[in-house]
Amino acid sequence: MTTEEVMKEMAAILDEVAGVSADQVAMGKSFVDDLDVDSLSMVEVVMAAEDKFGVKIPDEEVKNLRTVGDAVNFIIKSS
Amino acid sequence: MIKIKSAPARAGARILGIGAYRPDRIVSNDEIAPAIDSSDEWIQQRTGITERRFAGEHETLVGMAVSASVEALAEAGIKPEQVGIVLMATLTNPVQFPAVAPQVASELGIPNPGAYDVGAACAGFVYALATAADMVKSGSIEYALVIGAERMTDVLDLTDRGSAFIFGDGAGAMVVGPADFNGFGPVVWGSDGSQSEAISMTSSWFDFRSGKVKEPPTLRMQGPVVFRWAVSEMVGVVQKALVAAGIEAKDLGAFVPHQANNRITDAIVKALDFPDSVAVARDIRNSGNTTAATVPLALHALRAEGRAISGSPALLLGFGAGLTYAAQVVVMP
Repeated sequence: MTTEEVMKEMAAILDEVAGVSADQVAMGKSFVDDLDVDSLSMVEVVMAAEDKFGVKIPDEEVKNLRTVGDAVNFIIKSS
Repeated sequence: MIKIKSAPARAGARILGIGAYRPDRIVSNDEIAPAIDSSDEWIQQRTGITERRFAGEHETLVGMAVSASVEALAEAGIKPEQVGIVLMATLTNPVQFPAVAPQVASELGIPNPGAYDVGAACAGFVYALATAADMVKSGSIEYALVIGAERMTDVLDLTDRGSAFIFGDGAGAMVVGPADFNGFGPVVWGSDGSQSEAISMTSSWFDFRSGKVKEPPTLRMQGPVVFRWAVSEMVGVVQKALVAAGIEAKDLGAFVPHQANNRITDAIVKALDFPDSVAVARDIRNSGNTTAATVPLALHALRAEGRAISGSPALLLGFGAGLTYAAQVVVMP
């Protein structure tokens, strides 16, 4: 998948799980500081992303995913 | 080989009565928030909790368990001397031994019953209830008293941002006895000791005693880890318990999950796609997470609200430290 495709799907997941509108989502945005995604919502985002992209995102990896770009790059690398 | 007699098995067992004890003092989020640099809004958004009860010095673990039991026995119409076993689910016994259950039994005037504590944390009540049901059905026991009681404030660190706002104190009890129908589906339970650190204590008492650590141990929880485990695993556990009981979600009158966090309940309910006819227990709003006491307290509250129809099936689900979990379909009294 291309970066744009993964970004689009991530935006859909963030909207569904955490109520973040798609126009706010960008590679450089921090989940916690910019998009106001708390730790439990982050777990739900991660679980939805695992289902969507068929990847495994271990707990110890989740804390390294600070920005949307971190998550998109991890998904592309793992899929 | 010599033949050994067994007690005659019974047609069934059922819940005959439920009791609750909620401590006097109501503690708001505003009271909890300053010590963890938080706010009422933050706590409600993350957990659904608006308030919880904290036990005072006069509200001991034994005393709260006794109060809840008196109500359950009265509803069941069972005298203390008829109770054959007392099972007490708790993780807040202030001493490592002796167990709390024998003291509760003595206070209630139950003469020399079998009595022991069950250490399965937030799943403890459902573990104990399932055990009691099988004891009654097998004929070993006629009436069983099952209690979940906690003084979580004894093990909480009220400055810990990961747990201080979640927990509360209280006690719930149920009486199980013989029935001419089957009031319990098969229990579906399990554990995962590889995740014992997910909900644990900051150190052991021995490390504190030897001076290796300066502070006495308190509860610590890896919230996101527990959240992920509960949301991903408990849906399957609930489905297995329904299949084992031979019913479908639409047949349920109520769903009474461990009151860990409303967002865990939301995620489980969403994934299971329950119809609106299933009343979902949300006692956490007013009670917080009372660990082993949540399931009986939540069913007690659901009945008080008129949302638990007598004779209809409820699915009870416990999960927590261990990690441990248990789910069982029961017929509501």
